[in-house]
Amino acid sequence: MPANRFNHFTSYGVGIGLRIPHYDHILTRKPTCDWFEIISENFMIDGGRPLQVLDQILERYKVVQHGVSMYFGSAEKLNREHLRRLKTLVRRTKTPWLSDHLCWGSVDGRYTHDLLPMPYTFEAARITAQKVREVRDYLEVPIVVENVSSYAEFHVSEMTEWEFLNEVVERADCGILLDVNNIYVSSQNHSFDPAVYVNSVPAERVAQIHIAGHSKYRKYILDTHDHPVIDPVWKLYDRAIQRVGHTATLLEWDDRIPSFDEVHDEAQKANKYLASASLAAAV
Amino acid sequence: MKLAALQREIARVVMTPLSPADRMRRTAPTGKSQTAVAKRIIKPNARLTSFERLEIYNRQYWFRVLDALADDFPGLRAILGDRKFDALARSYLTDCPSRSFTMRNIGSQLESWLRKNQKYAAGRLELALDMIRLEWAEIETFDSASEPPVTAAALAGADPAKLRLRLQPYIRLLDLHYPVDDLLLALKQDAPADIASNAMEERQKRKKVSAAARLKPSLVYLTIHRIDNTVYFRRLEKEEFAILSALQNGRTLERAVIAGFAGSKLPTQGRASHVAAWFENWSSMDWFVL
Repeated sequence: MPANRFNHFTSYGVGIGLRIPHYDHILTRKPTCDWFEIISENFMIDGGRPLQVLDQILERYKVVQHGVSMYFGSAEKLNREHLRRLKTLVRRTKTPWLSDHLCWGSVDGRYTHDLLPMPYTFEAARITAQKVREVRDYLEVPIVVENVSSYAEFHVSEMTEWEFLNEVVERADCGILLDVNNIYVSSQNHSFDPAVYVNSVPAERVAQIHIAGHSKYRKYILDTHDHPVIDPVWKLYDRAIQRVGHTATLLEWDDRIPSFDEVHDEAQKANKYLASASLAAAV
Repeated sequence: MKLAALQREIARVVMTPLSPADRMRRTAPTGKSQTAVAKRIIKPNARLTSFERLEIYNRQYWFRVLDALADDFPGLRAILGDRKFDALARSYLTDCPSRSFTMRNIGSQLESWLRKNQKYAAGRLELALDMIRLEWAEIETFDSASEPPVTAAALAGADPAKLRLRLQPYIRLLDLHYPVDDLLLALKQDAPADIASNAMEERQKRKKVSAAARLKPSLVYLTIHRIDNTVYFRRLEKEEFAILSALQNGRTLERAVIAGFAGSKLPTQGRASHVAAWFENWSSMDWFVL
């Protein structure tokens, strides 16, 4: 939805991920960009250049925090040090919402630094939703969970991925960061129709959308964020926008990062779909 | 299968070291069949077996953590060479997997680990440890806190016997057996933004390794600090190092200066002017906080 309680009733446009190779360009040229998404963990530090750059960015641009290691789906307890540092950063950025992934990645205090897929069970949904609630209550900011791309499925799963996503967000009463590239990647790896996924998501809970590129291998597709967005992903994005309306959209580009202008131009292609959605809503 | 048990079992496989060919091992070093674990937990599909699907995560894990460690310790890599560094990295990461939510801390145990696993230093233990200490200090200095520097007005009339000046939280002091600061700076200068060819890259690597091999022992006292959030190395006199170390350890100004000159060969009559010049220099870089 364009503005809802999960994105703090904001109406952000099309943003890009804030990445180190673009710092100088952004700080010296001050280009137009609707908003930047930062990786929270890169700024959960005590000082130095990263925070200096962040403060300069915050003076001029809208910033939203996106995390990679909260691991809502890990069976172990939340890391209190992580939460404490995250809250300090939330106060600094005043992020209107905070996103992290619907995944797990740590066991017994050991971190894989990966976004590992969930078994789609009711037990996992209950544990995950409970942790989302805990994080929201501690950070006092709307929490939004992102669907990940995956390369494996579990025998124990009791439902589809989109049913699991719905189960978690309903139990946690949280928002969704709908990553249409991840849906596409997983649909190819697990042979399902990505349109069914997009059509099954509760539109009123979608706070943000991710788009990205990926790499195709002989037997599977890998979510590498190192290419432009491909047409089938734009088509999925189009369908998502038709369902959820003019929603904050972000292009992720994390490897083999081209110039700021190239990344920004790629992101701006989303405006074509957003404009047609706005037009449709107005008619 | 309960969530906690399933995740523990998968994590064990994902974090199991790869085979020499960088593939997932059929059998873990514990003797447990990873093929059987994969089959029991992961669904196959038309293109990939259960084993192959789990292997994607096993390989991604190792490539990710190995890359992170190599990025953080280019100096150690130059000293050991690629092959020995790789062996060290795999063994270290097996013994000390990340226990932090951030990859920034992945090398935090490397110094203490190498002291217990000296065979991985390829006969150059002291040199390797010096480089690890320097590279870890650089990481810490880069993003540690800074505090408002002390002003001259705040110190007016202070009693040196009672005054405890602290150093900025980002400052690290190292006493080294080798001039690894020179080596690391040379490596960074040599690191080309774009290397024209593989042959060129190989020549650069050989140059780095031979520079490391030629490094002769010499005592170096070093501070790793920041100016305008850029990290710098600055060599110190032995007495400077001792004074700053004493202040960092909470000694009063008077006791720190006394400690600084313990065993010093500097003539007694020139010491006061040395101290004045050093403090002026340190203060100009905002090193002191109260």
